Amino acid sequence: MTADTNGPRHLLSISDLDRDEIIKLLDSARSFAEVSTRPVKKVPALRGQTIVNLFLEASTRTRMSFELAAKRLSADVINFATGGSSISKGESLKDTAKTIVAMGVDAVVIRHGSAGTPGMLTGWVDCSVINAGDGMHEHPTQALLDLFTMRERLGRLEGLKVAIVGDIDHSRVARSNIHALRTVGAEVLLVAPRTLLPDRVEEMGVLVTSSLAEALEWCDVLYLLRIQLERVEESRFPSLREYTLQYGLTQARWSRLDDKPLVMHPGPINRGVEIASGIADEVEPVITGQVAAGVAVRMAVLFDLLGGSHV
Amino acid sequence: MAFEARARLLDEEDIARIVRRISHEILERNKGSKNLALVGIRTRGVTLAGRLARTIEGIEGQKVEVGALDIAMYRDDFATRGASEVGPTRIEFDINDKKVVIVDDVLYTGRTTRAAMDALMDFGRPQVIQLAVLVDRGHRELPVRADYVGKNIPTSGDEKVKVSLEEIDGTDMVEIGEER
Repeated sequence: MTADTNGPRHLLSISDLDRDEIIKLLDSARSFAEVSTRPVKKVPALRGQTIVNLFLEASTRTRMSFELAAKRLSADVINFATGGSSISKGESLKDTAKTIVAMGVDAVVIRHGSAGTPGMLTGWVDCSVINAGDGMHEHPTQALLDLFTMRERLGRLEGLKVAIVGDIDHSRVARSNIHALRTVGAEVLLVAPRTLLPDRVEEMGVLVTSSLAEALEWCDVLYLLRIQLERVEESRFPSLREYTLQYGLTQARWSRLDDKPLVMHPGPINRGVEIASGIADEVEPVITGQVAAGVAVRMAVLFDLLGGSHV
Repeated sequence: MAFEARARLLDEEDIARIVRRISHEILERNKGSKNLALVGIRTRGVTLAGRLARTIEGIEGQKVEVGALDIAMYRDDFATRGASEVGPTRIEFDINDKKVVIVDDVLYTGRTTRAAMDALMDFGRPQVIQLAVLVDRGHRELPVRADYVGKNIPTSGDEKVKVSLEEIDGTDMVEIGEER
């Protein structure tokens, strides 16, 4: 994780972490997962610390997940969303940051529509900053919880074959997952039409195909991205129907498989678009498992940044 | 920093005798193994708890519950020592109304014991909590004492007591020395 010497530590992108740091976070997430199964789902690890959830873009599950993670570590949490805050009165992010500093906060969890905002924020505040999704850039804790889920379900990460299907170009989830998976030694295959792939995708060290059938034969994990309906209007692809025919996990494709891969999705699912409704029901335990893993992984990240393991 | 041993205080046989003695003491104090549970503090406390449980089972012919406790999330010294790695806690039995013996390798300031008791309380309300340690090296900073002690070893603050156990370190012994 990035840190100025002896300054607060941040988690801005997956590239802040090397392989050992990722594995260490996943190991400790396993221990934190146990806390959520206890009769008293709370440990005093971050007692007396204050964490601000600064969500300047709509989010339900990530915000709830961070809030729950912080509360289960006994930190105090302030939620700051666009609607009721001064940001909607035109206060700039920089002014908001100054206000937060004046309140004596230990960490800011930020979600913002523009790439790079969390990095900018680190220059304005004197506390830890955690990126909870910035534009089309990164969503590091999502990648960590996805890796956690793969590791718990399949027992390994190294050599794992992961196919990521959908709108790679616009997806911070895909970007963070690609980096994270490559770092821990997994193989990544991107499955998308050329119009939904980033430029110079070959330089990312991944395989690329436009055939879902080929990907299904190859992969251990099938990671479906959510198709954002507004992209259709941008003419990135002809129609939803067309997308589903080519890249949707349909019942016909699914039943043809002898060896079924682990199906994952960051949620919320567009039933009948990325995945047929029947299959979505079948694989639901994994997808809700990703949500539970999210709390454990975020506890591990908060504890690592604020628990002072590098003091 | 590397540990430099000055003297070996306990060897394999000493430790085996201690485990047998403490097993008997636990049974005597609690009038048998009914409702008894042993909870080891990770990592060497868990190993010792396992040995005590097997010995007690051998004497009483009755299964004793064993749990593992990681106290990293309950420590009070993050600011000075930094958070250590968080290991798994496993208490897969109901601790309510149990007689719980916390097992640790070395008793020193008492802060680990305090953290372990806090952690344990989050799992329920034991009838009684007792403490068994292989070595008590003194220098308490909290009002904590052990109910069962393998060996009292007077030490100075800059000395270090190193416990090695077969299952983890390949050999059974307790040494005293310095960190250099």
